[in-house]
Amino acid sequence: MTPNPYLWLVPLLPLAGAAINGFFGRRSSKKAVTTVALVFCGAAFAMALFLAAGFSSESAPYSCDLAHWIRSDKFQVDFSFYLDQLSLVMLLVVTGVGFLIHIYSVGYMWDDESFYRFMAYLNLFMFFMLTLVLAKNYLVMFIGWEGVGLASYLLIGFWFTKDSAASAGKKAFIVNRIGDFGFLIALFLMIKHFGSLDFTRVFAAAQRMPAGAASVGTLTAIGLLLMVGAAGKSAQIPLYVWLPDAMEGPTPVSALIHAATMVTAGVYMVSRSSAIFDRAPLALTVVAVIGTLTALFAATIGIAQTDIKKVLAYSTVSQLGYMFMACGVGAFSAGIFHLMTHAFFKGLLFLAAGSVIHGIGGEQDMRKMGGLRNYMPWTFWTMTIATFTIAGFPPFAAYFSKDEILWKAYSSPNGSWFYWLIGVITAFITSFYMFRLWFLTFFGDYRGDPAVHDVKHESADAHATHDKHAHDDHGHGAPHESPWVMLGPLVILAILSVVGGWVGIGGRFEHFLAPVFQSGAATELAPGTGGEAGAAGTETLLMLISVCAALFGLFFAWLLYLRRPQLPARIATSLGGLYRAVANKYYIDELYAALFVKPLIEGSTTILWHGVDQGVIDASVNESAHAARELSDAARHMQSGNLRSYAGWIAAGGAVVIAYMVWMGVR
Amino acid sequence: MDEATMVPLSYYLALSGILFVCGVLGFLIKRNIITIFMSIELMLNGVNLSFVAFAAQWHALSGQVFVFFVMVVAAAEAAVGLAIIIAVYRTRETLNVDQVNLLKL
Repeated sequence: MTPNPYLWLVPLLPLAGAAINGFFGRRSSKKAVTTVALVFCGAAFAMALFLAAGFSSESAPYSCDLAHWIRSDKFQVDFSFYLDQLSLVMLLVVTGVGFLIHIYSVGYMWDDESFYRFMAYLNLFMFFMLTLVLAKNYLVMFIGWEGVGLASYLLIGFWFTKDSAASAGKKAFIVNRIGDFGFLIALFLMIKHFGSLDFTRVFAAAQRMPAGAASVGTLTAIGLLLMVGAAGKSAQIPLYVWLPDAMEGPTPVSALIHAATMVTAGVYMVSRSSAIFDRAPLALTVVAVIGTLTALFAATIGIAQTDIKKVLAYSTVSQLGYMFMACGVGAFSAGIFHLMTHAFFKGLLFLAAGSVIHGIGGEQDMRKMGGLRNYMPWTFWTMTIATFTIAGFPPFAAYFSKDEILWKAYSSPNGSWFYWLIGVITAFITSFYMFRLWFLTFFGDYRGDPAVHDVKHESADAHATHDKHAHDDHGHGAPHESPWVMLGPLVILAILSVVGGWVGIGGRFEHFLAPVFQSGAATELAPGTGGEAGAAGTETLLMLISVCAALFGLFFAWLLYLRRPQLPARIATSLGGLYRAVANKYYIDELYAALFVKPLIEGSTTILWHGVDQGVIDASVNESAHAARELSDAARHMQSGNLRSYAGWIAAGGAVVIAYMVWMGVR
Repeated sequence: MDEATMVPLSYYLALSGILFVCGVLGFLIKRNIITIFMSIELMLNGVNLSFVAFAAQWHALSGQVFVFFVMVVAAAEAAVGLAIIIAVYRTRETLNVDQVNLLKL
């Protein structure tokens, strides 16, 4: 392990930015706030590039011990950071995509009165996220883990005067608590069984554990509890319900936190703990099953959503399911690969959706969009690239990462055709709902404000002047292209979405990450050595099938939403109950409300509030106060205000004391 | 003076007790503030008497010193007390303690 004294700078830089903007931003100009936020976030990105440039697989991992934290007998926890291949990938994704989204936010949030607060929160999020990915032990990781939850809460509820945003923030925070509870217990189990939380020590101890039911049981428990935490943070069944609601936050937040970075923390954590999961096959199977089911389940919900951001939210849940599927079959590097490409294309999708929403004055309902490719060509083209990427068309990024996952799901010893089949079905559905979004938003006629509709028929010159005008005058209603500060990040992310997958060609990405997943790689390579030639043929076949699935999705979306726009409504009526169930997200929110929320509120009201709080705690306090008042009311009458009665009391008291002393003396 | 011509200690103590009880009773029974004030002086002097009596009996000077302290305090008390009485009379126009009862609840 090579010491690297600069590692701590990476997370601390955004924290400094957050502090400066948080404390002084209110009185500074927006330009100053922008400068601070971008400089500190950009500096973190530059540091990440610097670290990447100096990174060599021979001297990795790097580490940096900042300070002692807990020193208790043999148990030690330090503030220390750690950089290996896995954290380097995460570091570059988080700082790179984060920096782009910072730039985009400047354009998107410029007119908001709390602009400084937004930028401070974004920087704060960067600090916690970088702490999470650079942590050297589980406890420092947990700081970042909780911190990103806090930043997520603050940013979802950014427009806290809106009731739905405030409750969405609370929902995200509370659902995450459930997951964090599991994570925390996993940490306690690690302390109990391994006596440490340091990654290297824990993994070494996990490897050393003697074979047998007892150690497998322990590791399985730890693995399952870690998965509970990951399911909360990464929005997997059964804890995914917060993510769609989190779309109440500003769109850059949805892009940064709820698509590109924070929600992938669970995938990162499971991959990081690969040494534990490798020895707990049952936990791995649970991870794979949860991921697979989530991928399919969320994708089906995505079909019937009408809010453009909700579609993307369910798409995120579904793609995260893919990543967990990959982790669950032991193909951690494939999961991380998809995490990286997903950060590019999903960040891009959200930012482009934000550009659309920004351009038509805050409307999010796709039914009121349409024909926007004429108004916002840059947004249209970047969105097109992102849509083709997520659908899995070659040579875009997700083609490589998704096929890697599907291939591993089929071929790895932990995998099976079942995962692969559901993965392909999900790929088809993904392609369908994404092209549905694409057609509804950019093709056909504009279905928004009819006054705007006429603008489209004017000459191109008139439209151009109109476009310029709309930049200065918001809430104007006419669709217009976003400013360059927003389009720049879109273009860069679009380029990354195209080329980002090429690093995986020939297994280079997997090879790069191999030292981190050493134990996993051993089991993975074993069966592959047998029929390498036959496997290559199967891989090509599977690849063709998944591309066909994407093409079918495109075709059906085209048929239903462009060719025969009246058809979806007819299908919806003929499907009746099924359609209503999907459109209402399978009534999962209602189910949770009936199963957990309502009993909890009822129980709290009747037992805890009326019973314990009012009946026991308040009552005992009130009763003692009441008794004291009764007693003093009785004693009050001694104080008549009559001087001589006071003197009488004193004399009587003196007489009693003397009598007592005399009596004692006699005795 | 020899023992035989000396007045026995018990006489002094009895007189002291009688003076003290007179003071207490006067304090309790009388309504005029001046009288009550004089009763306090009577109690103090009753105590003083027992102090000097014991001092003479045991040939200890501390009892006599204590009497001086009591007299100093009594003098100070008389000055302050009379001032209060004058102030009370000016505001209330009475010296009857039963009518000076505004401090009660």
